[in-house]
Order: sequence, then structure tokens, then C-alpha cells
Amino acid sequence: MATTASSFMDSLFQRTLDDLIKGLRHNLIGEQLFISKSLEDIRKEIKSTDLQTKSIALEKLTYLSSIHGIDMSWAAFHAVEIMSSSRFSHKKIGYLAASLSFNESTEVLLLITNQLRKDLSSTNEFEVNLALECLSVIATIDLARDLTPELFTLLSSSKVYVRKKAIAVIFKVFEKYQDSVGVCFKRLVENLEGSDGKSMSAAVGVFCELAAKDPRAYLPLAPEFYRILVDCRNNWVLIKVLKIFASLAPLEPRLAKRIVEPICELMRKTGAKSLLFECIRTVVTSLGEYESAVRLAVSKTREFLSDDDSNLKYLGLQALTIMGPKHLWAILENKEVVIKSLSDTDSNVKLAALRLVMTMVSEDNVIEICRVLLNYSLKSDPEFCNEILSSILFTCSRNFYEIIVDFDWYVSLLGEMSRIPNCQKGEEIESQLIDICLRVEDARPELVRVGRDLVIDPALLGNPFLHGILSAAAWVSGEYVEFAKSPFELLEALLQPRTNLLPSSVRSVYIQSSFKVLVFCLHSYLLNNEAHIPSSSPEKLASGVPDTVLGDGFLEASVITAPKSIVESEHDADFSPGASNHGVSVENDGEDVIHGQTSLSVPLEKDYFTRESIIKLLDMSEMALGPLLESHEVEIQERSRNVIGLIELIKQEITGPLVKKETDDMRDEFKALNMIRLICDGFSEELGPVPVTAQERVPVPEGLTLVENLCDLDTIFADMNLLTQSSLILGTLNLGETTGGSLSDLQTKDDLEPATESTSLLSEHRKRHGLYYLPSEKSNSLYNAYPPANDSLLQQNENDHVDDLVKLTEQSLVPKKKPSHAKPRPVVVKLDEGDVPITSRKLESEENLLSGAVRDALLGNEDKSTSAKVPCGKSSSKRIEKGKQSVDVPSESNDNAADKGKADVGKGSSRRSKGRGKERKHKSGVKGGTQREGNGQRENLKSSRTSKHKTHHGAVDSVNVIPQTPVIPDFLL
Amino acid sequence: MGIRFILMVNKQGQTRLAQYYEYLTLEERRALEGEIVRKCLARTEQQCSFVEHRNYKIVYRRYASLFFLVGVDNDENELAILEFIHLLVETMDRHFGNVCELDIMFHLEKAHFMLEEMVMNGCIIETNKSNILAPIQLMDKAT
Repeated sequence: MATTASSFMDSLFQRTLDDLIKGLRHNLIGEQLFISKSLEDIRKEIKSTDLQTKSIALEKLTYLSSIHGIDMSWAAFHAVEIMSSSRFSHKKIGYLAASLSFNESTEVLLLITNQLRKDLSSTNEFEVNLALECLSVIATIDLARDLTPELFTLLSSSKVYVRKKAIAVIFKVFEKYQDSVGVCFKRLVENLEGSDGKSMSAAVGVFCELAAKDPRAYLPLAPEFYRILVDCRNNWVLIKVLKIFASLAPLEPRLAKRIVEPICELMRKTGAKSLLFECIRTVVTSLGEYESAVRLAVSKTREFLSDDDSNLKYLGLQALTIMGPKHLWAILENKEVVIKSLSDTDSNVKLAALRLVMTMVSEDNVIEICRVLLNYSLKSDPEFCNEILSSILFTCSRNFYEIIVDFDWYVSLLGEMSRIPNCQKGEEIESQLIDICLRVEDARPELVRVGRDLVIDPALLGNPFLHGILSAAAWVSGEYVEFAKSPFELLEALLQPRTNLLPSSVRSVYIQSSFKVLVFCLHSYLLNNEAHIPSSSPEKLASGVPDTVLGDGFLEASVITAPKSIVESEHDADFSPGASNHGVSVENDGEDVIHGQTSLSVPLEKDYFTRESIIKLLDMSEMALGPLLESHEVEIQERSRNVIGLIELIKQEITGPLVKKETDDMRDEFKALNMIRLICDGFSEELGPVPVTAQERVPVPEGLTLVENLCDLDTIFADMNLLTQSSLILGTLNLGETTGGSLSDLQTKDDLEPATESTSLLSEHRKRHGLYYLPSEKSNSLYNAYPPANDSLLQQNENDHVDDLVKLTEQSLVPKKKPSHAKPRPVVVKLDEGDVPITSRKLESEENLLSGAVRDALLGNEDKSTSAKVPCGKSSSKRIEKGKQSVDVPSESNDNAADKGKADVGKGSSRRSKGRGKERKHKSGVKGGTQREGNGQRENLKSSRTSKHKTHHGAVDSVNVIPQTPVIPDFLL
Repeated sequence: MGIRFILMVNKQGQTRLAQYYEYLTLEERRALEGEIVRKCLARTEQQCSFVEHRNYKIVYRRYASLFFLVGVDNDENELAILEFIHLLVETMDRHFGNVCELDIMFHLEKAHFMLEEMVMNGCIIETNKSNILAPIQLMDKAT
């Protein structure tokens, strides 16, 4: 009694949805508070036994959920209750709530199957409508399976209103439950053929979706689609049909030929821009070989481009982008508009124009286009500027820098990009700098020059977006310091005080690079001395000659670094032991660098690596790095300790009391030389790119079991507290980030250096837990754990080298006629496997389940209908024969078919061999038969042309469109 | 799928109607709506009505204070969707008589029914205004 009374009171004073909305709008107590108060009410009301109260509560909840994002999953059961009400006004509230809030994981779905079944079979078309609508949103596998019979019935319902909706739902059901295709497909096709426009339009919509996934299965229906294309006057439908043809036409050349004319006709006549655009798109995507059609499409596109409406302009640009690669002339004709659009007020139009410009880029114009774009990027807003940069970076690096011939140019372009104020593409530029450095040997001198310019500029250090680039620049200039014009200057740049602005990961690269530069200087200096003290040896003199080169650069640099020493070394020749030889050609210049560079051991600069300058160098490094010994960052601390350690050692050896006997001096330097030489050897090992698959080539040592689950990694990290916090994490993370190259190499170097405590600990750790390094790191584990694999790989690299060169020149020279370049394109090292992502070949062969089902359905239908219509006439029975033949053909000739499912072996593969064209067919065993057949049908074609389009029945058109295909199932005839 | 979702948002960025044709969680919806509102509402009348977002396109149009935003697959015909939006607005106009934001707020259910008549499972199935409105008028009479 009490409960009924309270529920009565509830319903009497219940707020309606309108009240709720008004309350929300007046918003007296704040929206959130109001909502939570209303929710309280709703929770109470929804439990009411009175359906009216309950459904109003649900209605309010649905509103709050869909507009204010309130969770209503808890009310799912109430929704089901209301759905089952016999009153339509309640039912619709329940259904709306269900379709807006249910999903596959909603548990109560299990309860509604019967309710849906009941409503689907209701005589009230609006109830059917509600159920269909709900099913289209929430269909699960179970629901799809259980309700297929009801849908099958609805597909031929006499009420168009219901039928068209059933058709739209069937696509969802197909997706969920493939077996329903076998049941319903035929009825779907009947709706396509039917005279009713609404059902046909819905069916076309479904086929448009289906054909987008796997067009091949729907080729047999081409005649129907063709009929619609020619007869239909509804633009919505025509657009869908055009989409279907866009995916079918590339598969069947004769079909393409057939539809060109009608499409052009549409293009000429239609006033609807949407349809016109669809025609253009269809032509440029799928009918590219029909010159006249393309010309028409291009002229229509030009109308779009010249329109003031930015929508049309945008679409015009899109159309040109699609044409791009195949019909360059179309873009060139509209070049002016395109370039103008780069400065449009609408960022989307600009973006479309940019993409279009990028499709025009080729080997011959890349320099020119990049110049134009870079100028634009300077003028445009930060966002678009970065769009430009990233598209340049992407296009130029595509397929191993395919379009780049002049790497010196590209590398300096990268340098230029880095200096653009809005540049945020540091990461990409960084990885490209390193990548080019590893792959393109000839680009290294220029890379070092660009690297130097970047490293030396103190202004760049303050921009966090550039830190990646600086890290790459520092690495490049350290690793290939032998190309540097002035190592001194470089060292000073690497150690400049503003480097404290860098993040520690980058800073440690700086320190490591300065280490390399320092070692290089010392090596050159000591080698020089060694070479010239026993100065009589003519060989050494000769080898020393080319390297005087660096003189010029050093002259400039030493003005900054050590002006005093240079003056001294120039005038006070006796000061340096090497100076006795300074008669040796100082006249050599720049060009020789390229020859001299390759071996590190060649002595460098006699006249300029003086004892004085070296000592200055050492002092400077010591000063800069000294404070870092206390750094909290282990990477920094450790690396600077390495450098300082070296400096201390060397200082003892070379400085000593200035007034020392020459002989003593020499002996000491000899010792130092040996030491430096060792380190230098460590650095001089050639680095190359490592394929992603490299790890797989490493044979798993016997007795090693690889753990698949790495969860116990945590415990290992836990007990190696100290290491994890610093070097380990730094090491691994950075390696991941910097795309293999830079830091991993440094890591290698670290291992080669006189090991400090922590490095040895680190390598210890690596040895113990080496296997945990495998999955995440691509390249470095090789260096660290399995040196033999690295060796073999390098060798292989060398072997590939020549092949690659040959391939490369073939590729780049043959397809394009290009002017002979002054410089031949340098070798770009590629790795055959691994670098290239595995292509989607597998995916192609993998059949989509749904289309498999459709194919089965078509096949099944064919059988059924042929058995019914055998006496239909000669041609059809002939065709059956032929169909059978072609089933046999592929099993002999087409090995691709092997892995296909039994059911569609015949169907699919015959179609496949079909697609490859006539030659293939003639070669195959059944030559005679098929040819005769083909001729017969060609006659058929001629005769039927005279009576073109007179009947709407599929037969004539089916012969017209694909006369020879055995693929057309007979039920269409 | 064609159409993935239809949103109506006022110029303050408040959602007035949201119909999704693929399942998204409430959080995903909220995030998506936020991103779209930020992207589209800042654009001027002169700029084009197509915005690329994630892996699909948004076609939108503004009517007075209300933005109609439709998320579609990439190969969908943009101009056809614009026409669809216009058709939707005209249909609402015919039913409500000079439709405004408030009409949609107070008759959300009806707006959903109109959409259901026009679009099913992401495909446009009805484009005739009278046909779209017929069932709704029947229902109105019945109550």
C-alpha cells in the first residue's frame, strides 16, 4: 500500500523531460548539481511499477546521457522492460534508449532477442522500424544469427518502408554473421533489380559498402549496376553507383570501356556539383587510360579550381592530387592556381595544395620546389610551416632518398630547415641526418660542415625543438671529425658553456663527440711528430702531403681559438718539432680532402697541431668538463670522466717541463701515440645501417632459452637499483628514440674505452641479462652482445654494396629521362631485408571472410538458378560449360589458387586469371574452346548493340558489358 | 559505413544532438566532440566546410547558431554530405517551422527519429522530405 501510494505521488510530481531541460537552461543551482539531483530522482522513478513514470524517467536519462555524457549503462535492464511495453509511446522510448546506449558488451542483450524477433514480425510497420533501427546499431553475432530468418522475410516485405530499412540493416548483419549471406544475398540482389526506387537505392548503398571491401566478388553484378547508371535519375544513387564502378572498373578493362561514355555524358549534363565531382573522381581514379574522359574531367576540375567557393577549390585540388602521378600535365596546366592556393586564407586549402605540390616532386625539380616551399614556410604561420617541412622531409626521404641526387644540397637544406624559427621537426631532421650519414658515404664531408655550422651557433642551443638536431650534428661532427676543417673550432663549439641548456641525453652526445675530436687532434699531432722526427723517410712525407689541406680552414678557426699559437707556429717555426718540414706543399687545397679522408691514420696538419695549441686544447677541455665530474647525470659524469682521464694521462706525457731534452720528449710522445692510436682504432671502425631483421640472423646459442614474458624484468631492475635509475634507462631509452644510429654507436665506443667502473658494471649487466635487450632495441644489441653477427653483416653489406649500386642506377636512370647530372648520384646503402617493410602481399591473398561468403552465395545462386533455367537457351548452356572449363584451367595453371578455400577455388582463381588479361588465357590449355566461345560472344555483342537498352532486363546488358566473362552468373539472364 | 556520426553543436560548443553509427565509449565521445568543436568552430564562413580529423573527414555547415557536423569515411562524397545536411535542416524546418536550437533541445527524440528515417547504419536511405516526416506526423496525431 505504501509503495503504490509513493509511486502515485512520484508520478504526480514527476518532472517531465521538458521540466528537466528548462531546469538545465535556467541553471539556478549550477549544471552539475542540477544533473546529479535529477539523476537521484530518475533512479527512484525508474524503479516505479508504473510504466508511464518509468518511461519518462528513462527518457530523461537518455537525454542526459546523450547530451551531457552521463553514464546510463546501469539502466539497461529498465530500457529492456520499457521496450517490451505494448504501448508504442513507451516502446519507442525504450528503443531509443537502447540504440543510444547499448553496445556489444551490454549484458541484457541476451534478453532482447525474443523481443526483437517479436517486433520484427509485428504487423505494425513502425514497430518493425523500431526493432530494425535498434538492430542496426547493436547487432551482435548472436543477434545477427538468431534474427536472420526475420530479416530474410522482411527483405521481400510488401511495405517499402520496412523493406528499405531491412536492406540497410542487412549489411550490418552480414558483417557480424557471414552465414547470413547465403540466406539473404539473393533477396538483396532482387531488390537491386526490382522496380522500386527506394529499395534499389538502399541496396545500392549496401553494395557500395560491400564493394569497397572486396570489389572482385561483385563483378558479376556489373550489368545491374550498369543499368542503374544509365537509367537512374537520382543523384544520391548515381553517386553510390559511381563509387561501385570506381572499384570494379580497374578489375575488368572491358567494363571500364563500357562505362566511360555514360560517365562522360553525366559529367557534361549534370547540374549537381556533387555528382559532377563523383564523376571526376571516378574517372581519375579508375578510368585514367581514357584520354578524352580524363581531359573532360580535368576541364571540369578547372572550373572547380577557379570557383570562388572554397569548398569547390578544395575538392578541385583533391581531384588534381588523385590525378597527380599519372597525369602530370593536368597539374602543370593548373600550376598557377595550385601555387596561389599555398597562400590561401584557408588552412585546409593550403594543405591540399601542399600535398598536390608534393606529388609533383621528381628528381629533376626537387631542388626548385623545395626552394619555393621553404620560402613559403618562412612566411607562413607556425602550423603550416611545419606541415611544409614535414612534407618536404617525408617526400625527400621516401624510398631511401630516391629522388635526391645531390646529397650535398639536401644536407644543407636540412641545415637550413633547422634554422627556420618555427621549425618543430627536430626529431625527423635528426634521424635523417644520422641516416644519411650512415648510408651515404659521399655526403659525409658536407654533413660535417652542416653539423659544424649548427653546433657552433650558440643561438640554437636555447630552442628545445632543435636539441635532437644538435645531438645528430654533434654526433656527425665527432664521428667524422676527419672531414672537419678545423677540429679545434669544433671542440670549442662542443664544449661551449651554453651547452648546459641541453638535456642530459644530448649533452652526453656532445661530450662523447668532443672526446672523439680530442682524440683525433692528439692523434694527428702525435703522428705528425712521429712522422717528422725521423724525418728522412720519403714515404711518410708523401703521405703527409695531401693533408695540408686543412690548413685553410684552420687558419680561420685558429683566429678564434688560439690566435697566439698560430702566430707562433707561423713565425717561430722551430717551436714545433714538425715545423722543420714546413716546406712541404702548403699549396694543396680543398679537393684533396676527399682523397685523403678515408683513412684516419693519415697524419693531418703538421703546421697547425703544435704542442702549444694541443696544450691549449687540453686545458680548454679540462676547464669545460671539470665541473661535470660532479654531475648527477650518470651519462654526463661518466663520459666527462673518460675525457678528463685521458687528458690527465696525455698531459703527463706531452707537457712535462718545457725545457726538456728532445729525445726524452720524443720517447714520451711515442708512448702517448701508442695509447692514442689504440683509442683511435676503436673509433675508426666503419658504421653502417643495421636492418630491423638483423637480430633474427643471430643464431640462438645452445642452451639459451628465450623468455617470452618479460615481467620478471621488474625484479631485475629492482635489484639493480643504481644502474636502472641512471645509465641503463638512459641508455636504452635514448637508443630507442634516436633511431639506432647515434647513441648506440657511442655505446659501442664506451665499451672500447678504458673502462671505468660503471661501464664495466653495465657490460656485466648486459652479459647477464643480454636477452632482455632483444625485443625493444633494433640495432644496438648487435653491437653489444653478438659481435660476430655484426661482422658477418658488415661483410654482407659490402657485397650488397655493388649490387645496390647497379640496381640503383638502373632504377633511377631507366624510367625517367633526365638530364645528365654533373655529379653521379652517390651510393645510398640499402639493406635488402629489414629496411623495407614487409609488403602487404600476404594481406592481399588473405580473403575477407565476408566476401568469401558473398562469393559462395553468388556461386550457390548460380547453381540454383541454372538448374532452374537450363532450357533457357544455347548461350546460357554454353556458358555453363565454359564456366566449368575455367574451373579446371586455373588448377593447372594458377598456383596462386593453392591456398584458397575449397569452395571458391574455381570461382576466385578463374576470376583472377581473368583479370590478367587475354594472353594468359590463350596460353592456358583450353585455348581452342575458349577462343571459339569468345568469338561467338563477340558476335552476340554486335547484334545486341543494335537493340541497345531497349529492355530493362539484365540479359542484354550483361552480354554487352562483359561478354566474355564466365563470371556472370546465369541468374542475371 | 559511410556516415560515422552526426553532431549538432551550438556556437558555444555545447552538444545538442549526437548520433553515432559506430560504438564509442562515453569518454571517447566526449574527447571526439571536444576535438571536433575546437577544430571546426574556429573556422570562418569563407573557409571550406571539410576538415580532416583522425582517419576520417568531417563535413560541416553552420545554420545560425547551430553547427551540423557529419563525420564520414574518407571516400565519401563531401558535397553530397553537404546536401544531406541541408536536407536535414530543411526537413526540420518544415516540421518545426523555422527551426532553432530550442526546437532540437526540446524535441530531441523527434530529431532522432528524423535522422533514423534518413540514415540507417550509416547509409542514407531516404531523401524525400514528405517520406521522412510521414511517420512522425502519424505519431504526433496518435498522441
